[in-house]
Amino acid sequence: MTTRLFGERVQRLEDERLLRGQGRYTDDLGNGALECAFVRSPFAHARIHSINATAARALPGVVAVYTAADVPFGDLDLPLLIPHPQLTHPRTQKCLASSIVRYAGEAVAFVVAESRYLAEDAADLVEVEYEPLPAVVTPERSAKAENLVHADVPANSAADVTQAVGDVDSALARASHRLRRRLRLERSAAQPLEARAVWARWDAVEGRLTVYDSTQSPTSIRGGLAVLFGLPETSVEVIAPDVGGGFGPKIMLFNPDELLVPYAAMKLGRPVKWTEDRREHFTAVTHERAQVHEVDFGFDDGGKLLALDVDFIHDAGAYTPYGLILPIITAAQLPGPYRVPNYRVRFRDLYTNCTPTSPYRGAGRPHGCFVIERVMDAIAAELGLDRAEVRRRNLLQPGDFPYSVGTMWQDGGMAVYDSGDYPELLRLALERLGPKPEGDNIGLGLAMYVEGTGVGPYEGAHVQVLVSGKVVASTGIPTQGQGHATVFAQVVADELGVSVEDVTVTSGDTRRFPWGVGTFASRGAVMSGNAMANAARAVAEKAKRVAAEHLEADAADLELAGGEVRVKGSPGRSLPLAVVSILSNPLRYAFGGGDEIATQFQPRPRPGPPLAEGEEPGLEATGYYSPSPGSTWAGGCHAAYLRVDPKTYRLEFLKYVVAHDCGRVINPMILEGQIQGGVAQGIAGSFYERLLYDEEGQLRNASFMEFLMPYATEIPDVEMVHLETPSPLNPLGIKGAGEAGTIPVAAMLASAIEDALGVRIDEMPLNPNRLFELTR
Amino acid sequence: MKPPVFEYHAPASVGEAISLLGSLAEAKVLAGGQSLVPLLNFRLARPAHLVDINRLAELTKIYERDGGVAVGAVVRQAEAEVDPLLRERCPLLPLALRLVAHPVIRNRGTVCGSLAHADPASELCAALLVLDGRVTARSQRGERVIAAADFFRGTMDSVLEPDELLTEAWFPATAGPVAIAEEARRHGDFALAGAARAGDRLALFGVATRPLLADPADPTRGLEPSSEPECSPDFRLHLVKVLVERVMQA
Amino acid sequence: MIVNGIERPEASDPRRLLSDYLRHDLGLTGTHVGCEHGVCGCCTILFDGRPVRSCLLLAVQARGHELATVEGLAQPEAPMHPVQQAFKECHGLQCGFCTPGFLMATVAFLREFPDPSDAEIADAIAGNLCRCTGYANIRRSVRRAAELSRQA
Ligand SMILES: Cc1cc2nc3c(=O)[nH]c(=O)nc-3n(C[C@H](O)[C@H](O)[C@H](O)COP(=O)(O)OP(=O)(O)OC[C@H]3O[C@@H](n4cnc5c(N)ncnc54)[C@H](O)[C@@H]3O)c2cc1C
Ligand code: FES
Ligand code: FES
Repeated sequence: MTTRLFGERVQRLEDERLLRGQGRYTDDLGNGALECAFVRSPFAHARIHSINATAARALPGVVAVYTAADVPFGDLDLPLLIPHPQLTHPRTQKCLASSIVRYAGEAVAFVVAESRYLAEDAADLVEVEYEPLPAVVTPERSAKAENLVHADVPANSAADVTQAVGDVDSALARASHRLRRRLRLERSAAQPLEARAVWARWDAVEGRLTVYDSTQSPTSIRGGLAVLFGLPETSVEVIAPDVGGGFGPKIMLFNPDELLVPYAAMKLGRPVKWTEDRREHFTAVTHERAQVHEVDFGFDDGGKLLALDVDFIHDAGAYTPYGLILPIITAAQLPGPYRVPNYRVRFRDLYTNCTPTSPYRGAGRPHGCFVIERVMDAIAAELGLDRAEVRRRNLLQPGDFPYSVGTMWQDGGMAVYDSGDYPELLRLALERLGPKPEGDNIGLGLAMYVEGTGVGPYEGAHVQVLVSGKVVASTGIPTQGQGHATVFAQVVADELGVSVEDVTVTSGDTRRFPWGVGTFASRGAVMSGNAMANAARAVAEKAKRVAAEHLEADAADLELAGGEVRVKGSPGRSLPLAVVSILSNPLRYAFGGGDEIATQFQPRPRPGPPLAEGEEPGLEATGYYSPSPGSTWAGGCHAAYLRVDPKTYRLEFLKYVVAHDCGRVINPMILEGQIQGGVAQGIAGSFYERLLYDEEGQLRNASFMEFLMPYATEIPDVEMVHLETPSPLNPLGIKGAGEAGTIPVAAMLASAIEDALGVRIDEMPLNPNRLFELTR
Repeated sequence: MKPPVFEYHAPASVGEAISLLGSLAEAKVLAGGQSLVPLLNFRLARPAHLVDINRLAELTKIYERDGGVAVGAVVRQAEAEVDPLLRERCPLLPLALRLVAHPVIRNRGTVCGSLAHADPASELCAALLVLDGRVTARSQRGERVIAAADFFRGTMDSVLEPDELLTEAWFPATAGPVAIAEEARRHGDFALAGAARAGDRLALFGVATRPLLADPADPTRGLEPSSEPECSPDFRLHLVKVLVERVMQA
Repeated sequence: MIVNGIERPEASDPRRLLSDYLRHDLGLTGTHVGCEHGVCGCCTILFDGRPVRSCLLLAVQARGHELATVEGLAQPEAPMHPVQQAFKECHGLQCGFCTPGFLMATVAFLREFPDPSDAEIADAIAGNLCRCTGYANIRRSVRRAAELSRQA
């Protein structure tokens, strides 16, 4: 295999279209469709006594108003996406609530009108009579269970799971030092700049449903819609066109709109579109992050961690459609890059009257990282040791792989780290960081992380060389800005010896590739990247077989390069890939454009049928990649110098360094963009953003005026050092990188602020106000 | 987030504008729209009529009068920010304007709209107060000039009557040192607290329901800031001291 | 009203936002909508040459004015505008949703500040949110755009 594109800073192929304003996001499509608005619960917890839509239905321009009673799936519980044997009390919401609402923003009725303006007018006219019930807001209050979110879920607990490695109790008892901490993270949200949108058309003649959805998983939406509407899955197509950011919540399905919009389109016989606005995005789309950890740990005089006992509660929100994934991930990889010989972790997944949670960039990992890194800093502080030295003494060594943490992983197997060199990552980060600048109130922040990436079950890809010699490739997973069109083109171009501009990648369109899982958990590059390589390799093999016949050479002596199939070592003997593509499809009719050479009336170099035994027409192939249970494990170290203004408590980043290892890198430019963006989201979540619920369960800051997403002025440039330890688990040796930027930021900032101000940090996010209080 | 139904009026003269305001019930003036349109989009404001003053050429001037500078109701914040006359006579105003939102917002937002909107954290309201400026309000009932000290009543509340159009604001020229400082969470945000100084006069903003004059020697006297998630009363008082120190050193 | 040099019909529904009018009535969907309350900057267009938020204007207010959107920066067959080119070279976009807003703000900014300092760049783009890039490459893109524009 030639490796000229793999590893190169290839400029993105998708950019020009986006830069010219020719992007195609869901709301850009479907002009003239009916538009919709939801009636949403203003209460966090209430009984619904009645819903009266008479006035709304009578408003001119209103086409339909649906309540639960009006739709056949009104009483259906939306699916539990990821069941788990220890999820003893799963609950999912109904498409439209009819008896009880359990969070402010829960959908109650759905209006379809000639325009969104009219739909909002009508939504204002729907009268719902509520009887407010007591709201359970924080995870701590939920744990007290003074009030229940679901009357039939005792203690508000969806699950209570304990795992243990070694003998924690006796190791704690024996340890020469023992400390306790209570570490708290608040609720936050991903907030992609494009909110969600769904547009559906029903073709009554063909009996075909086509849905455009700003989703991270079109293949799953397709499967679900087919089942729900009783259609053959071959009659349902779901397309994620350009998606304006995802970061996790767009992997959630089904959202009520994903059923109601297609339903309305089928029922009304007109295209229907719903575009979420920012206000509803704040409460209707899943959140994450709130977790409270009680940590008890013991260590020896040298700073070696001997035992770690963590008991944490996860704020699940009102329902658990995404199962236990978030607390499972925290629990599984909390020990991070360190050897923790005795580890016990218990979590409870608790219901609250808030928006449900699902993974948001990092997905439970920032929490685990925060806990273990706070532990490392606490050990250093207690023993008066250097913080880097304490980490060095506890890190796993390069010879320790594969390393089993002893906890269960999100794919149902055990968490086993495949490869890495953590001491080297720490060294690289500190080396690049350099000496501490002069001045007061400057802190050194340090945090290391691991990230299980590239979980299965599988992804696939289809690659085809067109008769023009251009290549089209497709995969089921959609892109939300990660540059799939470029990195997959690089992989394919390498295998086929063509230039990257000749490869057009389509992703997230079930018409082009119907199989797959979704874009999440930093799995796109690993899963679809390897599937692309497999498919392209199969195409290359076929090209050689077809060309061998015509070049009268042995296929083994051929190679693909420069857009040709050629005989190695004899430059004159070659066939352009375009010609091979034509030859791969024996024809009866010639259409011009060179394909007369493929007609059955042309003399052929070999006897036998035009299509050789076992061969299929067309220069195309499908490839899949499905790893055995287990993940590739990326890792890294964030280090920074930070100044805290002693008067205003603003942060000033003097230097921010990321040393990271995500195996072999397909495109460093894109990777660095992912990391910079991840760090920005981490800083945002650690010092600017939070979701402020009041006692009644009202989200108090549901706007960009008050949810303080940082601007360019708040985010520093990040310096990066790459280390590549190839993953042994997949042919390309890659590990995922989508979340690496975000995971350790909260831990790193806590470490830096603690160092700068000399106050202990046990919580995130912080803000100047809180730092002021802590220093009093 | 789409505006509710309203009737739209685009008068061509000030006279026409005030007669519309005098005759229509539940009418609102639309100036730069940078505060009003978000309120419409959230449906937090539901006026029956909008009187768009953006076509009133009469109100687009910045000119000298009575030992100060008058700024018409349709003067954009961005225009005032770079206006040579204001820079020379009322240098506090351009300084304050640079702290208002972002350049793109200032391209549309008006100086007078900011005053009429009376946000307690508004830099311009504090500037008007510390400079001891005035505004002119016109209605079918006549014209009145209101001193800054009498203009602001409470959170987004001024003495302006619904039928009145604020036609211009007047800022006296200053000779002594001027300065303005604020602390906001993000660049361009409304301030958690702010201080504006003109000579030995000091005004605070973002710390009460309206801008307040304060004693530079004891700026927090009598202040009872409310508690907000990003800012406890103690932190606010602390910030006031930090900011006052900063502006008094200028 | 003139949009990207072409005379367009006036809007009739007074409450229609200019952003919706451009996107859905004129089909100029390059202007994006991320918040509809003036904070994100995705909807930034040029109004008589100056960048403004189209979500905070009523379409009827555009009568008699000249507007420019991202689609007007370069003709479909022509090379990209230097600012567009710079964003491509510097990987200044990921999902691309915020990008048209950044482009329009940058185009207007560089007309006024052809050789900007880093602080001026930060101020100029600080009214636009981007959730993907973490801004470093956007800052680079603006710097590069200034270079390319000066060469052009
Ligand atoms: C993202 C963002 C950030 C912002 N940050 C800041 C900030 O940091 N500091 C700050 O001060 N402001 C800030 N603003 C508000 C901005 O400055 C507004 O432009 C200003 O407050 C209102 O001016 P306007 O011309 O846009 O008025 P409009 O929005 O048109 O009107 C506001 C109110 O005043 C009334 N009104 C306006 N003009 C008149 C008049 N001539 N006569 C009678 N009534 C009138 C209107 O009826 C309405 O009630 C921000 C806005 C946004 C969108
Ligand atoms: S959509 Fe206009 S600023 Fe966000
Ligand atoms: S590139 Fe996605 S929001 Fe900026």
